[in-house]
Amino acid sequence: MRHIISLLIENEAGALSRVAGLFSARGYNIESLSVAPTEDASLSRMTLVTRGSEEIVEQITKQLNKLVDVVKLLDLTEGAHIEREMMLIKVQASDSSGRDEVKRLADIFRGNIIDVSNTSYVVELTGDSCKLDAFIRALGDTPILETVRCGSMGIPRGEKSLHV
Amino acid sequence: MELSGAEILVQFLKDEGVECVFGYPGGSVLHIYDELYKQEDIKHILVRHEQAAAHAADGYARTSGKAGVVLVTSGPGVTNAVTGIATAYMDSIPMVAITGQVPTAVIGSDAFQEVDTVGITRPCSKHNFLVKDVRELAVTLKKAFHLATTGRPGPVVVDIPKDVTDPNVKVPYSYPETVSMRSYNPKVRGNARQIRRAVELILSARRPVIYSGGGVILGRAASSLTELTRLLNIPITSTLMGLGGYPATDRQFLGMLGMHGTYEANMAMHECDVLIAVGARFDDRVTGKIEQFCPHAKIVHIDIDPASISKTVKVDVPIVGDVDSVLTEMLQFLRGTESSMNQAELQQWWELIDTWRATDCLAYDRDSELIKPQFVVEKLWEITGGGAFVSTDVGQHQMWAAQFYRFDNPSRFVTSGGLGTMGFGLPAAMGIQLANPESDVVCITGEGSIQMCIQELSTCFQYMLPLKIVNLNNRYLGMVRQWQEFFYGSRYSHSYMDALPDFVKLAESYGHVGVRIENPADVEDALRDAFALKERLVFLDFITDQTENVYPMIAAGKAHHEMEMSPKSVLI
Ligand SMILES: Cc1cc2nc3c(=O)[nH]c(=O)nc-3n(C[C@H](O)[C@H](O)[C@H](O)COP(=O)(O)OP(=O)(O)OC[C@H]3O[C@@H](n4cnc5c(N)ncnc54)[C@H](O)[C@@H]3O)c2cc1C
Ligand SMILES: Cc1ncc(C[n+]2csc(CCOP(=O)(O)OP(=O)(O)O)c2C)c(N)n1
Ligand SMILES: [Mg+2]
Repeated sequence: MRHIISLLIENEAGALSRVAGLFSARGYNIESLSVAPTEDASLSRMTLVTRGSEEIVEQITKQLNKLVDVVKLLDLTEGAHIEREMMLIKVQASDSSGRDEVKRLADIFRGNIIDVSNTSYVVELTGDSCKLDAFIRALGDTPILETVRCGSMGIPRGEKSLHV
Repeated sequence: MELSGAEILVQFLKDEGVECVFGYPGGSVLHIYDELYKQEDIKHILVRHEQAAAHAADGYARTSGKAGVVLVTSGPGVTNAVTGIATAYMDSIPMVAITGQVPTAVIGSDAFQEVDTVGITRPCSKHNFLVKDVRELAVTLKKAFHLATTGRPGPVVVDIPKDVTDPNVKVPYSYPETVSMRSYNPKVRGNARQIRRAVELILSARRPVIYSGGGVILGRAASSLTELTRLLNIPITSTLMGLGGYPATDRQFLGMLGMHGTYEANMAMHECDVLIAVGARFDDRVTGKIEQFCPHAKIVHIDIDPASISKTVKVDVPIVGDVDSVLTEMLQFLRGTESSMNQAELQQWWELIDTWRATDCLAYDRDSELIKPQFVVEKLWEITGGGAFVSTDVGQHQMWAAQFYRFDNPSRFVTSGGLGTMGFGLPAAMGIQLANPESDVVCITGEGSIQMCIQELSTCFQYMLPLKIVNLNNRYLGMVRQWQEFFYGSRYSHSYMDALPDFVKLAESYGHVGVRIENPADVEDALRDAFALKERLVFLDFITDQTENVYPMIAAGKAHHEMEMSPKSVLI
């Protein structure tokens, strides 16, 4: 099953490589990983998406918790949560019908066109991964020049929160 | 007090109560060595290879109850030490390895003797640090000792760039008495409800068995384990790492379990209805075929590391906590409860176990004209009254040491179990002897393994370490040969130790006493004479039967009840 795991980790050099190293050393798969500092500069928040049987995911969370730099961990999949991912996608948009089509699609998906050239648009889109995948499919024959996705981030709904 | 980084390091070690450091100098640690030169409180042991420094610190840690301390230079000093650090990591041994690094200004530039120490040691240490600011040095060292010695112990690496120990840069120092880390709080006490559930399950058992491991040694829980086992009057087996956690000569002890465990221990595992795992990690050498592991049992597992629990085998009553604390609480529950085990069922269980014992699974040919390695270990046990510290290398001799030297006390058997590092035995014995100067220390080794750190005979001479080296010389990489005999049609590919040195002359050239023993009749006297030489290292080169195999054996992928038995054991 797919799990989205959130960590608070000491904002120290090497903390990221400890997590990455753990996944490669133990052969766990990692679908996406995103990390940035929090309002508390000493902490980073990391979200990782992984897949595995319940036993494997249990080991993954235990092994992550065991890393000395990991302060707290939450498997968001266990409760109600919101998941978002951002994508910047550059598509070919040279003739007017093509340009209209991309603009229309971007609107439907509540995306923004954030850069325009004679031959291309850059669309900014947020949503869960499925929505971003759906946008790519919807583009159909429109040539994609470049895709950048940040990996999933998540936050629990309601009063529950991950903090120290 | 204003001190330089090098001064802080040495002062910190004194304040931390460190008496002994195992190391080897080089460019990046010269400031530190200069400080060591100026003092006498800390004894520095100069090894002959950095791998040995780590193994010696490991042996020291296992038998002193303190962290072992290693000091090596950057680059090759570190890479040489890595095998020793990884060995300690796999066996959860408390160690602090202080490694020199190139100056901060040139880190990352492929500077002379630069390696990414933090990167290399990350997967084989409990944690590691790169100290970039001398003001962080004392607190980082404190964290390192704290991490190494608490929770599930392990080696911690502190990498110190040369400029951080610069004698001209002085900063205030005071010994950090305590340290707190918000991300590291190992749990000591077990959950009371789980402990109660475990006790209830144990009391309901008809065929219980205790499977104890290295956690009992690391957590100094031998006495509470022994009390609990005796109170319940139930059988107990141990992993290689747990030997000595319960007296091996006691009636309730079934011997070691696993690949080369006894018939009775493995059969008891296979037939038990409640398994009580105490500080053991369900290693594949122990479980055999996972699908058929303890097929009838409900399992209780006590371990301080949550990640050890249900890692390979799903357990029914997990208890996260320190063994000694949990066992003590279990004893309290047991004393306070009216209920007890069904004694008639237990009696039947013991009778079944006695039939397994009757196979005499460790039997060997006692009438052989050749020296049987088992016989040497048996005699060694007799002559030392079972009280010596024994280190081993890796191979058949290691298994015979585990089977035939019966350890009645914890921390007496020092062996590389998890990594299985040939070359461990001799340097580990040095560390043991330094921690226990008055005790008999024996290294049981093979002619293959001993050559992997033979250079340490020189260190032994320098520090007058009167070790007794028992070389079970079968002229083969015996354990490899055994696998080739069993599984590769006796095609002995590169398992023959050709062109061996004359170990007697070799020992002598290092300043020690060397003896070669070729007849079974001479074994006992040779051992007695060796132990009579209190002040000298004696290298005993026993020329043993080349074809002897370790029995019983569970082949890889087989289950506990599918043992290969010795031709000498009684078939049932
Ligand atoms: C050639 C060879 C053959 C081998 N054959 C066998 C064999 O036949 N049988 C065998 O048993 N082994 C054998 N081994 C050793 C084997 O590889 C493992 O090293 C060993 O089985 C592991 O022992 P353990 O489970 O006791 O764990 P250890 O490695 O000793 O781990 C200790 C466990 O206790 C926990 N712990 C630590 N401190 C505490 C505490 N204070 N409180 C609670 N828990 C704590 C740790 O978290 C860990 O889970 C062999 C090794 C070699 C090299
Ligand atoms: C560093 C290292 N290399 C290789 C091995 C694989 N290995 C395990 S046992 C063994 C043979 C050991 O031979 P010896 O020391 O003579 O002991 P014996 O088995 O003959 O008693 C080998 C090569 C190992 N454990 N460690
Ligand atoms: Mg040999």
